[in-house]
Amino acid sequence: MRTPRLIVKNVFRRKLRACLTILGMAIAVAAFGLLRTVVSIWNTATQASATDRLIVRDAVSFIMPLPYAYLDKIQQVPGVKVVTFANWFGGTYRNKENFFARSAIDGATFFKVYRRYEVSKQEMADFMKEQDACIVGSALAKRYGFKLGDTITLKGDIYPGTWDFVLRGIYEPKSKSTDASQMFLHWRYLNERVKQVFPGREDQVGWFIAKIDNPANAGRIASSIDALFKNSSAETKTESEREFVKGFVTSASAIIDAMDYMSYVIVGIIMLVLANTMIMSARERTREYAVLKAIGFSAGRLTELILGESLFISIIGGALGIALTYPMVRSFQGMLPPGAFPGLSVGSRTLELASAAVIVVGIGAAVFPIQRVLSTRIADGVRFSG
Amino acid sequence: MQNMIEIHTVSKSYWREKIEIPVLDNIDFRVAEGEFLALMGPSGSGKTTLLNMIAGIDRPSSGEVVVNGTAISKLSESQLARWRASNIGFIFQFYNLIPVLTAYENVELPLILTKLSKSERQQHVETVLAIVGLSDRMDHYPGQLSGGQEQRVAIARAIVTDPALLIADEPTGDLDKSSSEEIMTLMQRLNTEFRKTIVMVTHDPHIAEKAKVLRHLEKGVLLEA
Repeated sequence: MRTPRLIVKNVFRRKLRACLTILGMAIAVAAFGLLRTVVSIWNTATQASATDRLIVRDAVSFIMPLPYAYLDKIQQVPGVKVVTFANWFGGTYRNKENFFARSAIDGATFFKVYRRYEVSKQEMADFMKEQDACIVGSALAKRYGFKLGDTITLKGDIYPGTWDFVLRGIYEPKSKSTDASQMFLHWRYLNERVKQVFPGREDQVGWFIAKIDNPANAGRIASSIDALFKNSSAETKTESEREFVKGFVTSASAIIDAMDYMSYVIVGIIMLVLANTMIMSARERTREYAVLKAIGFSAGRLTELILGESLFISIIGGALGIALTYPMVRSFQGMLPPGAFPGLSVGSRTLELASAAVIVVGIGAAVFPIQRVLSTRIADGVRFSG
Repeated sequence: MQNMIEIHTVSKSYWREKIEIPVLDNIDFRVAEGEFLALMGPSGSGKTTLLNMIAGIDRPSSGEVVVNGTAISKLSESQLARWRASNIGFIFQFYNLIPVLTAYENVELPLILTKLSKSERQQHVETVLAIVGLSDRMDHYPGQLSGGQEQRVAIARAIVTDPALLIADEPTGDLDKSSSEEIMTLMQRLNTEFRKTIVMVTHDPHIAEKAKVLRHLEKGVLLEA
């Protein structure tokens, strides 16, 4: 028998208590992992957004449209390489449960500005040839079984009526953080029908996206664009895509901060739970520790035993918790609208933090029991009756 | 014959709420190597305190304790732990075995502090379990043994490192008469056959009679032999 075997025997001395503590540890680490995953994916959205793309939107509200005529003026601003635009289409596919993002775009420029969507040359050519064509992401195609040539019928809400689109392309996301469940259709097709059905609403876009030559010039270029439309009926607010995304994130920052905070609170709670278990077992074994001291176990050896026990519980529980995090994250993603948090997965940083938390909990929980055992005199310990 | 224990004018007091409580007063005596000493005295006479000092688990307020040639009152805590591991075998009244370990594992416990190999440890453990007559119970847990058997396992644990000195604090205090006899016979054998020096504290005059030397403590003072 060596120290590790003694540690394992001690851990399972009270099997139910040990199992419940390990289970508690596992649940806490899984909850920590889930919260950290959500927090990190939120931050990743900001990190993944580009600094060389500017978003030009209405100064009052993002939902207010901008005149299509701004396109040429923005294109003229020094430093702007390509300008594209997009419009939120909205609508419903079969029923409201089937939510996915649907945007009307300018196919000729949109995919030059956004290289994150990979479409084959043939499919892109087919998409560009037909005005009622559309492109969907691979995840969306998989979810609904869409095949090239299928007609996808949407019921409009922002633009009422029945809208049929022929699927001509399926894009693959270039990175895990890219949403693979979007649908893109031609803005020009939308605009033509709007012109006929809703006169007065034509020639409007939701927002412009300008790709610029140098991110360092973003501030100057944004100011130049906004200056163009100063005192117009639709003044603009231009900012880098990262700032734009950050704005969205900031609006939810209180929730994210709360989740961030809660993830560490969970670690603190489980540390106290484990510390309580360790203190109880150290107290129950006061006589045994005194005997071990008497027969020559040094402070270091006793520390090794108690710390080993605490770390054993936290590591086994932590490993279980980390393993549980994966199905928990998948299950959480399943509860969200499709496309929300694309690439939601347990990142290496989350694993590092969870592992560090497991070690900190294991060490932290052992501090008081060690202090108690080392400070108890042998003579008092052997007489201890609980 | 050399002295195994030398107690030089040892006094010990405890402090309770600023009140000094004297426990041992100017104790001065020697125990020869190979001796079997029984210390008797009423409760509170200081016999366990004296035993603890000889064993290096308590320190005198003044005076010096020399055991097996080492002035143990001058050792640090970690030095004392190492010294106890190789010089002292403890036998407690309530055996103090670890319930989740088998008899074999309980006896092996002090050996995990040594550099012995697994086979060497096994040889040591089997030898001492044979000495105490429990070779057939080595895989039993303490809960599966009688009180007398548990105490024999505790004695095996005490002698497995082959210490020069055995310290026994009321070793029969929790046993019936027959088991007490067995334990005392075993201790006498350890003293005579294996030349272990034994210092034993007991309340029981019949048990004390089994020792070679009997000393009395009263109110912290060692009475003349």
